[in-house]
Amino acid sequence: MKAHLTRRYRFSASHRLHNQEMSAEENRAAYGKCNNPYGHGHNYFLEVTVSGQLDDSTGMVCNLADLDGFVKAEILEKFDLQNLNTMQEFADFVPTTENLCVALYQILQRGFIKAHLEKIRIEETMMNSFEYAGGGEIRH
Amino acid sequence: MVYLTRKAEFAASHYYHNPNFTAEENQRIFGKCNNSNGHGHNYTLEVTVKGEINPQSGFVVDLKELKEVLNREVLDAMDHRFLNKEVPEFFEKVPTTENLAVVVWQRLAPKLKAAQLHRVRVYETPDLFADFYGEA
Repeated sequence: MKAHLTRRYRFSASHRLHNQEMSAEENRAAYGKCNNPYGHGHNYFLEVTVSGQLDDSTGMVCNLADLDGFVKAEILEKFDLQNLNTMQEFADFVPTTENLCVALYQILQRGFIKAHLEKIRIEETMMNSFEYAGGGEIRH
Repeated sequence: MVYLTRKAEFAASHYYHNPNFTAEENQRIFGKCNNSNGHGHNYTLEVTVKGEINPQSGFVVDLKELKEVLNREVLDAMDHRFLNKEVPEFFEKVPTTENLAVVVWQRLAPKLKAAQLHRVRVYETPDLFADFYGEA
């Protein structure tokens, strides 16, 4: 039996949406108040979905302790209470939540080997959310 | 094709234990969930069915029928129960969130007439849920 397991995490970070290659006017036009010079912050929710065959002896897709441990060490401890613009992941990318999705997906894809990474979803606010599955279609 | 989701809640207790593991293995793999006195959750269940809209009724499925099947097959059997001791599927199987999604699917699928089951989602807490799409 193949099942999907989704775990929800939270972290807080600040960012400013600004592209160095665009003029001040272009940045303002593209990003609006997200371009305010000193940045602003969000309480992000991250949902990680993994999938796989259920292990008959444990009834699990993967041990939640392994997923929690990985996300805590590789994502939450690195991103929580940080300014995203100062992070290596965003040296060349504007820290939109789209790009944040791609960055966090890649961290999981590279390092988490206990189950298949299906997709991630990030809520930037209660009113918007973003999903990424490595570029593929997402089944809901 | 239109998808329709019905939500329900139930409260139940469980613990994780595999009799084929040693006490140490059970403790290492299942951690706090291995406490044999059990612990409980408020589960939220989402059942998604799919189908074409019936031109006469405008329904994909008669929601009343879906609710009745859900109540009879799942909620009556699981609400305010100790899953390991009172739900036969879990006499042998560990009642993880993943297995609960599978068991709910297996209980509903043969009973639904008009609509086809698409997904069973079981929330153990607001921060953890399992999805089952009927895949082998």
